[in-house]
Amino acid sequence: MGRSDHRRGLAPRQGVNQLHHLEQLIVEQIPRLRRYARALIRGDHSRADDLVQDCLERAWTRWHLWRRDSDMRAWLFTIMHNLYVNDLRRYRDGPSFVSLDSEHDNIALDGTRTEESLVLDDLHAAIGTLSPEQREVVLLVSLEGMRYEQVAEVLAIPLGTVMSRLSRGRQQLRTLLSEARGPRMRRVK
Amino acid sequence: MNTEKPISENELHAYADNLLDPARRSEVEHYLEHHPEAAAMIRHLQQLDQSLHNLFDPVLAEPIPASIQFPPIRRHYGRRAAAAMAWVALGAVLGWSLNHRDAAEPANMLETQLVKPAAFAHVIYSAEVLHPVEVKADQEQHLVQWLSKRLSTPINAPNLAEGGYRLVGGRLLPSTDRMAAQFMYEDSSGRRVTLYLRRGAWDNKLTAFRYSRDANVGVFYWIDGELGYALSGELDKAELLKLAVIVHPQLNP
Repeated sequence: MGRSDHRRGLAPRQGVNQLHHLEQLIVEQIPRLRRYARALIRGDHSRADDLVQDCLERAWTRWHLWRRDSDMRAWLFTIMHNLYVNDLRRYRDGPSFVSLDSEHDNIALDGTRTEESLVLDDLHAAIGTLSPEQREVVLLVSLEGMRYEQVAEVLAIPLGTVMSRLSRGRQQLRTLLSEARGPRMRRVK
Repeated sequence: MNTEKPISENELHAYADNLLDPARRSEVEHYLEHHPEAAAMIRHLQQLDQSLHNLFDPVLAEPIPASIQFPPIRRHYGRRAAAAMAWVALGAVLGWSLNHRDAAEPANMLETQLVKPAAFAHVIYSAEVLHPVEVKADQEQHLVQWLSKRLSTPINAPNLAEGGYRLVGGRLLPSTDRMAAQFMYEDSSGRRVTLYLRRGAWDNKLTAFRYSRDANVGVFYWIDGELGYALSGELDKAELLKLAVIVHPQLNP
C-alpha cells in the first residue's frame, strides 16, 4: 500500500523503512497466530480468525510500543492473550462437539475413520475441558514451543504459575485420553 | 546416583520440552533409565505434544483467508487511526483553550470566536475519511454561493494550487454566535489544511497575520473588516505561513 496512507502522524518520515520491516515481521507470524487461535477457540474457525484479525489491528495501531530488539512473536502473542482474556465471552468456543469442518478427518479409503483421527478427535474434545488459563499455557509450550520464562512473560504470570498450569493441564489431557482409549463411548457434547 | 540433585516434576516437563541444558539433560536421562514410571510420563508428554501438532499444524499450511488483512484494510485503518488522532488533537486544543480562558481581554475575542473554533473544526473534519466536507469541490460554484448566502457576505474559496493543495470542498458550521464556513484543502500526500471564516464585531477592523499553535495544530488568522479568517493545519509555522500568504491576497485584494 502506498506510504501516503500513513499520514496523520502514524508514520513519521524516518519511520517508513522501519514500518515496512515491521510489517514483514508481523506478516510472518500470521500462520502461527492462526494456529494458536484455532487451538484456543475450537469449533469455530471464523471466530478464531476474528481473534487473529483483532490482534493484527491492535498491533498495527500500537507498533510504536514494540521494542525493536524484542521478540515479535512474544509481543503478538501477548496482544492476542490480552484480547482473548478481556473478551472471553466474545471469543468463547463454538459448539463443543467435534466440529464438522475439522481438518483432521482422515477418513480411510474404506470409509472408516483412522485410529489416529479418533485420537485427535478425543484430544480436540479434551482441550475443551481445560480452563482457558491452562489451555493457554499448554498450547504455548506444546504447540508454540515457547520457553517457560517466555510463557510467563506473555501471560504476565509468575513462572511457578506457568509450571503448575502446565502440569495440571497436561495431566488432565493425559487422563482424558487414556480414558477415551478404553471402551469407546463417543461423547457428543 | 545418590549425589545427584533430585529430579523435580518440572524438570521432567522441561526434559520432554527439550529445555534443559545438556548437563542436566544427561542426568535426567540417567534417572529415567532407573525410573520406568517417569520414563512413561515423558513418553506420554511427547506423544501428547506430537498429537497437538498433528491436530493443529495443518493450519500453518492453509492459505490466509480474506478476512485476515495486514496491514488492516485501508479504510478501516484510516478511519480508526484518524478518529484516534482527532481525539488526541481535540484534547490538546481543549487543554490549550482552557489554559487561555482566564485572560478575558478583548483581544481574546479573536481567540474564542475565531481561533479556537477554527482549530476545533480543523481537528474534527480534517480527520474525517468518509465525509470531510458537506459540498465537494466539483460543485465549487454552488458551494461558494450557498456559503455566501448563509454568511450573508460574499466569500470565495481561494485557490491553493500554488502551494500544492487542491480544494476538497467546504461546509457550513455553527460558531459561537454566528455561522461560519470551512474550506478544506488537501495535498498529494493527503495532508489537509482548512480555512475557517466568519463575520464578527471585531474590535480591530484590520490585523496582520497572527499565529497561534498548540500541539500539532497551527493557526494563522487575520481580520479584514467584518470577516475573520483562520488557516489551520498540522504543518510547521513556515509551511503554514507560505499557504497563508497565498490565501490572503485572494481574499483581501
